[in-house]
Amino acid sequence: MNRPSLKSNALRSVRPAAPQVMALILVLCADWLVSHQFFNIRLQSGRLFGSVIDVFYHGAPVALLAIGMSLVIATGGIDLSVGAIMAISGAFAAVLINSNVPLWETIALALALGGLCGLWNGFLVAIIRIQPIVATLILLVAGRGIAQLITGGQIVTFDDVHLIGVASSSLLAIPLPIVIAALVLLITIALVRWTALGLLIEATGANALSSRYAGVETRVVTVSVYVWSGLCAGMAGIIAAADIRGADANNVGLWTELDAILAVVLGGASLLGGRFGLVRSVIGALIIQAMNTGILLSGFQPEFNLIVKAVVVLVVLLLQSPAMLRGIRSMRRRVAS
Amino acid sequence: MTLKTILASTALCATLALGAVQAQAAQLVVGFSQIGSESGWRAAETTVTREQAKAHGVTLKFSDAQQKQENQISAIRAFIAQNVDAIFLAPVVATGWDPVLKEAKDANIPVILLDRLIDTQDPSLYLTAVGSDVVHEGNVAGTWLVGAVGTKPCNVVEIQGTVGSSPAIGRKKGFEQAIAGHDNIKIIRSQTGDFVRAKGKEVMESFIKAEDNGKNICAVFAHNDDMVVGAIQAIKEAGLKPGKDILVVSIDGVPDMLKAQMAGEDNASVELTPNMAGPAFDALIAFKEHGTIPPHFIQTKSKLLLPADAQAEYDEKKNLGY
Repeated sequence: MNRPSLKSNALRSVRPAAPQVMALILVLCADWLVSHQFFNIRLQSGRLFGSVIDVFYHGAPVALLAIGMSLVIATGGIDLSVGAIMAISGAFAAVLINSNVPLWETIALALALGGLCGLWNGFLVAIIRIQPIVATLILLVAGRGIAQLITGGQIVTFDDVHLIGVASSSLLAIPLPIVIAALVLLITIALVRWTALGLLIEATGANALSSRYAGVETRVVTVSVYVWSGLCAGMAGIIAAADIRGADANNVGLWTELDAILAVVLGGASLLGGRFGLVRSVIGALIIQAMNTGILLSGFQPEFNLIVKAVVVLVVLLLQSPAMLRGIRSMRRRVAS
Repeated sequence: MTLKTILASTALCATLALGAVQAQAAQLVVGFSQIGSESGWRAAETTVTREQAKAHGVTLKFSDAQQKQENQISAIRAFIAQNVDAIFLAPVVATGWDPVLKEAKDANIPVILLDRLIDTQDPSLYLTAVGSDVVHEGNVAGTWLVGAVGTKPCNVVEIQGTVGSSPAIGRKKGFEQAIAGHDNIKIIRSQTGDFVRAKGKEVMESFIKAEDNGKNICAVFAHNDDMVVGAIQAIKEAGLKPGKDILVVSIDGVPDMLKAQMAGEDNASVELTPNMAGPAFDALIAFKEHGTIPPHFIQTKSKLLLPADAQAEYDEKKNLGY
């Protein structure tokens, strides 16, 4: 196989994102309609402050999960345990920092624990050959219990300014979680698009057996995407804990795995594996958060939250559906003739 | 039954011989089926129940259901098989208890519900229920706000609990009742924070941005303390002073909220007492010793916690496992 040049590779992960970008712009415009100060940005204690910033800030954890989830789904797998891994890493970080472990060690250890959870998932999927939905279900159920063991079932709060800073400080006035998510996105793109790794992941997802015959180490590829997903979830968990200055093992990341999967789907990926787009998945995560923020600003009755969300998701998915697009095209032709 | 009487009388002789004053309570064995440990409050309730059992001289058999009704049903059956003197139940859901409670009734074992009620056509299935009145809790919070603002106009934002949950419905209703007729106080925005910290923070952030960077908000009322702890943070991040620029009132009385009161960032919280077991043991012992039938619902006090007493309250609560 001859590899496409670096340039086209980098472009490939951006260019087909048009429908997602359109959808995001649409949702952001709808947000502006329900709340006219939506795009107002000011500086508050040296960092950008405004509703549109909230979309990126609160979207960062799901964006991180979506990055890892994209790779997992590309191999034909799925990772249901990311919300539980968030709880585990957040709990571990909170307990470590309260035991006076230095910040960098705390973050490294909490991330490592997330990676270890991913390794466990990858081991079950690639080595033991349990179906991914079942294999990751194990941690989905047990993970929150592990997190509760770490915290002793309580919300462990911390006052360490450095760990809180993961969420509350900023780089060039941009809130740090946004910077972290952008960095992880760039690193992941570099790893999968500037090396053959992306190709191997897609090959594994498209047809694992023939990939193995072609000499692809599918097991190594599979384990590594789950580890990456675990690391991303670990980072998201640290950010979520820093955001509320505490580890809420019962509630952090609850059902967030579904948002991450939805983000990847909104990004146009197929759950059957194969092609994936990291930027598109991150835009998918931002669509979800723009929707959430818009609902909160709208002043609708909370009873409508889920209905509004479902309708928006349906519309975005219909906009992307090939069958739907074909239908629109043929209708246009009929009208034109 | 006769065997039990014989045993009881032997034990009675023994205790009399020892000069003990507690006759009957000393041998009471109570099985407690607890929901699980989904929140700090729940953990504190478990701790207080164990303490109260000790204080009343009752032997407590404890069973944690890990949020599953089937575990509670099998725990109750096990308690019946062990022939305990009474069963305390904190029901995880409202329905589906009739068959197993009927078994307890047939075995002549009284059941007392703690902190949550059940839906049943047969009120004789349980002796009494100890709990707070959620409407009253909301009312206490609203009444405090009415007193705090006087005749000044006050725009309130409300952070609700989980949509459709009975505490959310009741606390909202009670608060609205309390501010009814005070036209200077209006709820301008209301959104759900699902009873959790992170969502309380996110909802408050959106309220602040939607209402002229918070200048339009005079008070925040949250259906529980966890959400208010998140909201306080959102107020601070927006460069405002919680407790001063925006009044803060909520319900629960958890230690983290008491800390916020000590820091002057929270104005009032209505306590949901973790001591549901104390009144339950009192009612049970009165029933066993004198045959006193308790009222069918024993309402716990919904004490208003204010910053002046926050330190004392905190010292009392910090070791309860919240």
